[in-house]
Amino acid sequence: MTWDQMWELMWPATWETLGMVGIATVATIVIGLPLGLLLVLTDRGGLLQNLAVSRVLGVIVNVGRSIPFIILIIALIPFTRWLVGTTLGWQAASVPLAIGAIPFFARLVETSVREVDPGLVEALKAMGAGTATIVRKALLPEALSSLVASLTTTVIALIGYSAMAGAVGGGGLGNLAVTYGYLRFETAFMWVIVAEIVIIVTVLQTVGDFTARRLSHRGDYRSPLAMFRSATAKPDDTEEDLLSSH
Amino acid sequence: MITTKGLTKVYRSRGREVRALDDVDLHVQPGEVYGVVGTSGAGKSTLIRCVNLLERPTAGSVTVDGVELTALSGGEERAGRELREARRRIGMVFQHFNLLASRTVQQNVELPLEIIGLDRRERRRKAAELLDLVGLADKGRSYPSQLSGGQKQRVGIARALAGDPKVLLSDEATSALDPETTRSILKLLRELNERLGLTVLLITHEMEVIKSVCDSAALMRGGRVVESGRLTDLLADGRSQIARDLFPLGDFASGHVGRTVLEITFQGDAPAQPFVSQLARTYQIDINILGAAVETIAGRMVGRMRVELPGSHTDNVVPIGYLREQGLQVDVLDPANGAAA
Repeated sequence: MTWDQMWELMWPATWETLGMVGIATVATIVIGLPLGLLLVLTDRGGLLQNLAVSRVLGVIVNVGRSIPFIILIIALIPFTRWLVGTTLGWQAASVPLAIGAIPFFARLVETSVREVDPGLVEALKAMGAGTATIVRKALLPEALSSLVASLTTTVIALIGYSAMAGAVGGGGLGNLAVTYGYLRFETAFMWVIVAEIVIIVTVLQTVGDFTARRLSHRGDYRSPLAMFRSATAKPDDTEEDLLSSH
Repeated sequence: MITTKGLTKVYRSRGREVRALDDVDLHVQPGEVYGVVGTSGAGKSTLIRCVNLLERPTAGSVTVDGVELTALSGGEERAGRELREARRRIGMVFQHFNLLASRTVQQNVELPLEIIGLDRRERRRKAAELLDLVGLADKGRSYPSQLSGGQKQRVGIARALAGDPKVLLSDEATSALDPETTRSILKLLRELNERLGLTVLLITHEMEVIKSVCDSAALMRGGRVVESGRLTDLLADGRSQIARDLFPLGDFASGHVGRTVLEITFQGDAPAQPFVSQLARTYQIDINILGAAVETIAGRMVGRMRVELPGSHTDNVVPIGYLREQGLQVDVLDPANGAAA
């Protein structure tokens, strides 16, 4: 296969992958974020404590996270058909992707929001803030850096899942890697596709880390990539700034 | 300004009951700095959190500035509208500052104003004014992580004052700070109390805090208020535990058997009188000073001295009467154990 031939196939497949991951990401944020918040708020000692709701949500999330993705795709076929009108193509693939990622992201949101110092919630209560204000002014902004890191993790997991969705008719890079690379023995092409996915993941991780660090004013957020960099570079300069500014 | 009546808080967990507050009556006068002191676990933290109903008391009532807060609806998790509005008129500062790391100093101070619903321009003006008041006019654009502990607490105080409260609650505000910073924060609280007529209720485990800023104090132990009152009154009371803790003379020698040991407390202008030498000259007796300390408490000079006179109590009735005539507080100690007789 020539480079041009590969390119012609890879270009649309790349957009299909980004398309299904993009739609799934939007759906995950829209549904997963409130779900994660509710997990915290309805739990014992939460602002909206309601143990029955908390338990039901917990079970839904756990079940969602337990189902292997490949089974989820098949199980969701009727739902996907009802929603999109077809079960083939990248638009259809974004449905199981979203359903698979929502509980995953919700748990990460839950962890991020729980890490917000309860003292801040108390301070806002003492100022006379209601629950909605506390969520809007304290919980979300204070967890934002961590939420961005969680979202990065989720999107990267989605790219991995999208390859699986691609293999069963969803299109995209995964589909390409399987049909050409695996079924037609175009091993070189398969590795080119894998390399592209690696690049996409690396770019996303870097952008995510950068954003998370910019949003964190604590000076203690360290990206997972930092440990590779710190082997050669000097320690994170933000920490030095903090020390010298006292 | 703040009154609690029969305040009781019982925590129940796994069948066990813990009585964190037991029938606490507190009366904080308008414009005074009132300190509640006690060891950890004495219930002071629960008490201050019950005042703005961050904890709902099991029984009893809380009245702040004429509003009975305990009568307003809303539990610990969800406060009703009236309670939220009442809280806006009560400022609170915390041991660990509780500033939002994602907001600048200026934005932190603006937060309560956002909750009140002030417009942007008004918020900025007010926040700048408050930061100036606490001496951080140039730090508005910094983030809390770039500030020292003392500066963070100043931001906390500015934020607590944003809603023009009449009452400021201080929950161990200086406990995470070093002694020098503690002094500067306490000085600030005192200044605010005097300039704004702010009533301050503070809790602390440090007698030093009570000594340097409070007008009145209450001692808590095991969820109960053991003793309370104005510091000047407490110091005049030889049996006061607070006075004793403020002024520990226990380490001083307790005297010899067969002699009379007196504990003399003097306040205000009394230290100016050379009463020891006057006593010695008038009655021709040798006075042995066992220990003495002079401190400024609640803005007044207060001293305590332990002296030993020759002879038994009955031999010294006249000199003791002389000292009392001078306006001094005199307690005769039992020489065996050093406790007030």
